[in-house]
Amino acid sequence: MWELIKENHRKSILVFALLAATLLVLGYVIGAAISPAQGGPAGLGIALAIWIMMSFVSIFAGESILLMSSHAKEVTHDMHPQLFNVAEEMKIAAGLPAMPRLYIMYHAAPNAFAAGLNPQNSSIVVTTGLLEKLNRDELQGVIAHEMGHIINRDVQFMTLAGVLLGSITILSEVFLRGLFYSSARGSSRRYNSRGGGQAQIILILTAVAVAILAPILAQVFYFAISRKREYLADATSARLTRYPEGLASALEKISVRIPANETTDNINKITAPMYIVNPREAANAMAADDWMSTHPPIENRIKILRGMMGGAGVSFSDYQNAYARVNNDGKTIIPDSALTKTETVVIRDPNPESPVSGPGRQTRDLGDLVRAAGGFAFLTCACGLKIKLPPDFKKSHVTCPRCRRDNRVPIAEMLAVGAAADLAMRSAAQPKQPPQTELHYERKGRGWETVSCTCGHHMQVSPLFAGTNMKCPKCGTVIRIG
Amino acid sequence: MGLAALILLLLIVAVILGVIGIYNSCVQLLNQVKNAWSQIDVQLKRRHDLIPNLVETTKGYAKHEQQTLENLTAARSGAMTARTVADKSRAEGALSGAIGRFMMVVENYPDLKANANFLALKEELTSTENKIAFARQNYNDQVLFYNNNIQTFPSNIIAGMFHFTAQEFFELEDAADRAVPRVDFS
Repeated sequence: MWELIKENHRKSILVFALLAATLLVLGYVIGAAISPAQGGPAGLGIALAIWIMMSFVSIFAGESILLMSSHAKEVTHDMHPQLFNVAEEMKIAAGLPAMPRLYIMYHAAPNAFAAGLNPQNSSIVVTTGLLEKLNRDELQGVIAHEMGHIINRDVQFMTLAGVLLGSITILSEVFLRGLFYSSARGSSRRYNSRGGGQAQIILILTAVAVAILAPILAQVFYFAISRKREYLADATSARLTRYPEGLASALEKISVRIPANETTDNINKITAPMYIVNPREAANAMAADDWMSTHPPIENRIKILRGMMGGAGVSFSDYQNAYARVNNDGKTIIPDSALTKTETVVIRDPNPESPVSGPGRQTRDLGDLVRAAGGFAFLTCACGLKIKLPPDFKKSHVTCPRCRRDNRVPIAEMLAVGAAADLAMRSAAQPKQPPQTELHYERKGRGWETVSCTCGHHMQVSPLFAGTNMKCPKCGTVIRIG
Repeated sequence: MGLAALILLLLIVAVILGVIGIYNSCVQLLNQVKNAWSQIDVQLKRRHDLIPNLVETTKGYAKHEQQTLENLTAARSGAMTARTVADKSRAEGALSGAIGRFMMVVENYPDLKANANFLALKEELTSTENKIAFARQNYNDQVLFYNNNIQTFPSNIIAGMFHFTAQEFFELEDAADRAVPRVDFS
């Protein structure tokens, strides 16, 4: 695997150099076109300045901009044990030095992406749509794919390439627009008066040609690299999980076309290419194998992965063989240096699945998870409905939407408990004041029962419990058992 | 001092730098192998810590399964007290077997299977078993990278000079140990 990373590193430098050269040439040519005397170097300087500025922004703030723009919420182990465990297993299998931070994004379409410039400091974002639809093996395949991007330094590479592409696009657009407006205002005479006449016109034409072609070429290049990286990440995922069918069936579930009227607010043009499946392409039912697509066609990816099942194994050379069988285009995804060492990597059995509680319940739980992370409070009404209070809810009473009961929101108690706990922390040995309310719970039978306190904590009452009172360990409310 | 001497000097410097680079990569890969080995122990210990919780949660429901619970607890203490590598390997295999049998017994208690605490513990147990498997897998991968490095030319010369030896792959001795306890309720 190290050869893969080294090879990618070498290619990154090459691509970087090529795109950088394009940018600088563009800058020089534009500058020379505007003012032949000192314009060339000035244009170069401006191009360099734009590039450096954008690089700084994306390196230092890129990840947080991405996370903020998708409204992603961080997930801890307690919030979603399965997701966290699946990711931790992959971290162990990959030998990563640090666990990537996990985030959930509230969106119906299943998708995932990775962010972060190096393995020590990375993030993976997963949509609620993904968590609903996939089982454990499939989820693991997707997470392994994203980790593959992190390990192979794809995020770093694609960010740098993206910055260059962005700079080239900005520069050429500014120039072309400037040209358009200045000629529209009829001030083209200004160019002629600088002298040089015909040579000047040729320079301008060259600049225009380069300005139009450069972004197109850069984009083509960018997309081609992106597609190759996706295949590589698939190969890494198969190798890490030892179970390519997981990722294959996940891709199958993800590739179901989303109806066009479903909102894609959080996904904009900038973040779209970084997802495991380009959501804008999926939504528009675009034929995904053009040179304009950031991701390889999903059917091919699935076929390649399934081609490995029942075969010799899931090493990189097996992936290369499966790729050759499906695509038959003579391209090599895995560089030769990573293939020279023969290794047999055996496929494992699928994970047996625990009984699923039903898609409806899972959606609700996931929605609650996102709300809890967003500062919502939960209140259980006596009729059984879980009332969700937004973080800015200030009133002391709320009417239950189902049974119309008037529920008291113990804000005052919560504040009192909070203040008391705060004091206790600052000066030792301050006794905590329990709230004054008393709840009553009717036993329904003789077995184990769940008692819910108004603070949201659930307690188990044993069949052997013979007492009359129970105290909620979280908020101290006394509950009478009768 | 002619041109030839200068070229010779540059050549020697290049070779020395190359040797340093190869030596460093051997050391780094060997450290990765050692780290991967200790990772397996971390996950095994995690499994030990989960067992008492599991036994406690079950006790309330499965009163007649004393024997199974006792076997599980005994297997756990056996695994915790094992010292040599061979003993540890055997004891961990025995523990895996005990967990498997325990899970089979649990199938008869639908109340237990639906209990939220138990479900959370079951998820942790499944995950820990997977982590043990992945830790072993990672160890074998690191051993592969390391062995490849010290056995290919030209690194094998340097490796031989500094006495880097090939590491052994982790293999389960008993075929029965390969069967990870199935936490399956279907």
